[in-house]
Amino acid sequence: MSQLAASGVGLLLALSVLGIFAARRTPGTRLIYAACAAVCAGLAGVALLRLLAPAGGLESVEIPIGLPLGRTFLGLDPLSAAFALIVNLAAAIVSGYAIGYGVHAREPQRVVPFYPAFIAGMNLVLLAQDAFSFLVGWELMSLASWALVLSEHRSPENRHAALVYLIMASGGALTLLLAFGLLAGPEGGYSFEAIRRVSASGVGPIVLLLALLGAGSKAGLVPLHAWLPLAHPAAPSHVSALMSGVMTKVAVYGFVRLVFDLAGPPAWWWSVPVLVIAAVTALLGVLYALMEHDLKRLLAYHTVENIGIIFIGLGLALAFEASGLRAAAALAFAAAIFHVFNHSLFKSLLFMGSGAVLNATGERDMERLGGLIKAMPATAVAFLVGCIAISALPPFNGFVSEWLTFQAILLSPQLPQWVPRLLVPAVGATLACSAALAAACFVKAFGMTFLGRPRTQAASSAAETDRCSQIAMLSLALLCLLAGILPGFVIDSLGAVTQMAVGARLAPQSGQAWLRIVPIDIHRSAYSGLLVFVMILLAAAATAFAVRRVASHALRRSAAWDCGFPDASPATQYTAGSFAQPIRRVFGSVVFRAREQLTMPRPGDTAVARLQVELRDTVWDALYTPIIRFVAATAERLNRMQFLTIRNYLTLVFAALVALLIIVGTWR
Amino acid sequence: MSYSDWLIQLAQTALVLGVAPLLSGVTRKIRARLLRRQGASVLQPYHDLLKLIRKEAVVAENASWLFRAAPYLIFATTWVAAALVPTFASGLPLGAVADIIVIVALLGTARFLLALAGLDVGTSFGGLGSSREMLFASLAEPAMLMAVFTLSLFAGSTQLSSISAYMLGPGAGINISLALALVALIIVSIGENARIPVDNPATHLELTMVHEAMILEYSGRHLAVLEAAAAVKLLLYLSLIACVFTPWGTAVAGAGVLAYAVGLLAWAMKLALLAFLLVLFETAIAKMRVFRVPEFLGIALMLGLLGTILLFVSRVSR
Amino acid sequence: MSPLDSDIAHLLAGSMVLLSFLLLYQDRMFALLNVFALHAYALACSVAWQAYLQRAPHLFITALIALLFKGVIIPLALRRIVVRLGIHRSIETVVSVGPTMLFGIALVGLSIVVMLPVTQAEGPFVREDLAFALSVLLLGFLMMVTRRNAVSQVIGFMSLENGLVLAASGARGMPLVVEISVGFSVLIAFIVIGIFLFRIRERFDTVDLQALDMSRGEAL
Repeated sequence: MSQLAASGVGLLLALSVLGIFAARRTPGTRLIYAACAAVCAGLAGVALLRLLAPAGGLESVEIPIGLPLGRTFLGLDPLSAAFALIVNLAAAIVSGYAIGYGVHAREPQRVVPFYPAFIAGMNLVLLAQDAFSFLVGWELMSLASWALVLSEHRSPENRHAALVYLIMASGGALTLLLAFGLLAGPEGGYSFEAIRRVSASGVGPIVLLLALLGAGSKAGLVPLHAWLPLAHPAAPSHVSALMSGVMTKVAVYGFVRLVFDLAGPPAWWWSVPVLVIAAVTALLGVLYALMEHDLKRLLAYHTVENIGIIFIGLGLALAFEASGLRAAAALAFAAAIFHVFNHSLFKSLLFMGSGAVLNATGERDMERLGGLIKAMPATAVAFLVGCIAISALPPFNGFVSEWLTFQAILLSPQLPQWVPRLLVPAVGATLACSAALAAACFVKAFGMTFLGRPRTQAASSAAETDRCSQIAMLSLALLCLLAGILPGFVIDSLGAVTQMAVGARLAPQSGQAWLRIVPIDIHRSAYSGLLVFVMILLAAAATAFAVRRVASHALRRSAAWDCGFPDASPATQYTAGSFAQPIRRVFGSVVFRAREQLTMPRPGDTAVARLQVELRDTVWDALYTPIIRFVAATAERLNRMQFLTIRNYLTLVFAALVALLIIVGTWR
Repeated sequence: MSYSDWLIQLAQTALVLGVAPLLSGVTRKIRARLLRRQGASVLQPYHDLLKLIRKEAVVAENASWLFRAAPYLIFATTWVAAALVPTFASGLPLGAVADIIVIVALLGTARFLLALAGLDVGTSFGGLGSSREMLFASLAEPAMLMAVFTLSLFAGSTQLSSISAYMLGPGAGINISLALALVALIIVSIGENARIPVDNPATHLELTMVHEAMILEYSGRHLAVLEAAAAVKLLLYLSLIACVFTPWGTAVAGAGVLAYAVGLLAWAMKLALLAFLLVLFETAIAKMRVFRVPEFLGIALMLGLLGTILLFVSRVSR
Repeated sequence: MSPLDSDIAHLLAGSMVLLSFLLLYQDRMFALLNVFALHAYALACSVAWQAYLQRAPHLFITALIALLFKGVIIPLALRRIVVRLGIHRSIETVVSVGPTMLFGIALVGLSIVVMLPVTQAEGPFVREDLAFALSVLLLGFLMMVTRRNAVSQVIGFMSLENGLVLAASGARGMPLVVEISVGFSVLIAFIVIGIFLFRIRERFDTVDLQALDMSRGEAL
């Protein structure tokens, strides 16, 4: 099975080379995307088989390239298989979408070759069973996606985004390199087997810190999220879907691999920084998203929130595992991985929807959209499903993982330590707050884009997107529903993963009546998505039927009522900015130091009234601005180094050599 | 699960629908009496609904399918949520497939759809209502969840039947956290049901309206369905409070006919009492400015959180 | 001690924490004074209940002192002062209400974290009371920090002192003498502060304490 998976990665790399030539013509582009879809579907199938297979040993493929001393191992253990399934399922559907969407790229030769390489890199990270190939895959993923971010290189915004992304990605890779170096210990066994056997003592906390920095920066944990809302929207939409929906999941995988698998048994206090950062991430992410009126940036910011929710689950799992509460740890961990799966579905769906809108109207700004539900009915339905699912509302999938997280939070009194016990309810409140704000955010996203009256000419002349894209979006919407009403199957297939990560699994769910899920005990809590869904349908159908029987059938179309003051101009509608204004006033004055300034001319004066809103990114101001200033100042100083004589350069090299030798000498 | 349990469940589901307009009729009547007015008959809401249903529906020209489908979906989710709350009997079959978090989330789905429906026609009032509704919800929903957390941590379960059984048992007692959760829940129900001081269900053409602004464009049968959904929601919240904080008299599934009759009577009395208290509070207080409301709901959130935290103190001493 | 007894003690002490939060939230003078009176009643009830539980009659006297001084005399006197100063407008706060309340909740969590582990040896009953008392104390402090107005600072100080009394009553056997002296010291502090308030007003025509800083040249 591992051979199959490894050859899949090889195929993707080959497609990447082929892409250089195929990108010249539209059919070639389509062919590459179709091939990507097929390979990803195959990989997803392999991963699913591995995940459902009865526990077997890890069979790994050895590849004769790599570090001089070590060899490269690729293989699928349950953890990689789960993430490989998530990644490839979404990647297959996104590639299917790209068959239709990808041909609209302005310069396809800047996209097509890198796209398979990007997917190959992500798969390599997941398949890697040693540090070397993990890092190679990580870098391949980062660089390929960097190239994709830069594909529309003419706009200065995108170039800036790519630069920030490159810096953050290299920083992240560096911390991961250090983490693996620490874990490998002085013997230098870089395969995961060897690392697990050595289990170097005392490095755990440092590895946790490095993993939070390295994987966290890729995933978008606050305050390392700064690159994400710049880079994700800059790429073409199918790539944005992959970056936001899938690549962040690979980052989560990196964190899980390092902290849960390789770093040895956790201490209880590890959960504290993870939980605090995760809660802050969840809340700030959604607030940022609410303030945004660029559709793709809104979605990117919202990814930050979801990463926060996932890390809340992971932090809880750490706390429970450290205290030996294995069942609770399994619940929290399963909730986190379930959310990883869900987010890969609905975030990909939403980015594809925004791509369809962008294609149809040429607009990403919600203030210039509106009324698309009539012109693009299929896209609207799919996008609506994505919006409801991501807002964690039943009967869709987002709710199930959030429900599981809440159930895990409610187990917190079992924890023996006081700090996490009191911290967890606060985290729960933050989670509840961010879920409610997410609903507001997506009412805004859907309402401004698809509902109301078209605000511009571009929006009113939009047309439905192509068949391939529609099928891809609707199939993801269907998956969102299925995962929401049949969550038991998902939880059951995650059994092997939780067993591997925290040493326990949840009780099998598929035998339950009404296909309900019962995480702990039937007297404690249960949820049957299927029954809730069926009941809603039945109730709605019964109501509609009854109303049809009794009620008048007359329906008259007429001008909008609007309390007697209808205004013909679409400009009088609520805009994205005005929709978010109350929330900005309540939450933004502290978080964003929002200032509103109203210039109102006196009565009779014909000057324009003006409302100016100033928002500051406090994280950027507090963290990045000083760093940038420091780097600029240092660079200024170092600039002098460019004008030294040869002798001076030699002196420098010699001094560095001596210094290193002294360090080596004294270290022993 | 026996068939009789399902029968009772079905009866309860039908009952919440049948009684909901009566409850809103009763609240209006009490309010009128408190204001020294005669007031309409308590059956007036039924007449109103019938009248609306028989009327022609007027729909704005640019309304989409969402606008016409939303009332039915909103009503259905609210009704399903209401069916999950034990009213006169607890321990019914549906209680074992959905807990109180699901109820909160189902109401969230209804609110989401309602806010979208408010935006659909593209008028300024609709947007205003949706925007404010989502602001209030962003505080009310976590407040409700924190109250739920307190209850669930207290009773060790998120299922309403188990919580209600625990409250009757010897483990429960007077507890500051319970009091905090009750206050939080009351504040949330006032906010969520668009009652004074958060919103005024009786006004139009007022810049402070929220719920009414969202459904401004509706008429005829669509409006009737939405009004019914609002009535069911009020019933749901009152039943929820009654079920958790005054669990006395509620029949347990499988009990005899007599127990069900007692349960029904007890439920009716609890609802009447709660409705009276609600209206009393409403008539004694003035409508708040919109930007005072987040503070009001924020207090509920703080109380819920405080209740959860203080619970640890009392838990440790047991 | 029956569960109901300890439940009632818990409820009374907990309601003091709640009232401390209400004090933080209130932004009008008279409402603030009313809540402070309630705070004192809750203290009196709590202490009286402890007196009954511990069969300690001298605690009844403490309760009576609390009821009389803090529940009746001081609020009435403060009300007169407020009227005479003409400052029954809203209170200026340094930090806005939301963050203050959040910080307050964090303080309650902190006091639980601090108190419960260190008092492991004590009975559950004392531990609870101590955790609550520390919360009340810290919240009083928070109020003094976040308010500028001198009158509300006085109230913050008094509620802080209420927390001290709560702690003492739970901890079995604070001698009555200490309690009475504390009570009198508070009264004297109150008189001094009252006189002080008028002096400030005469000098600066406001009781906003920032005016004092300004005269020292410390204002921003």
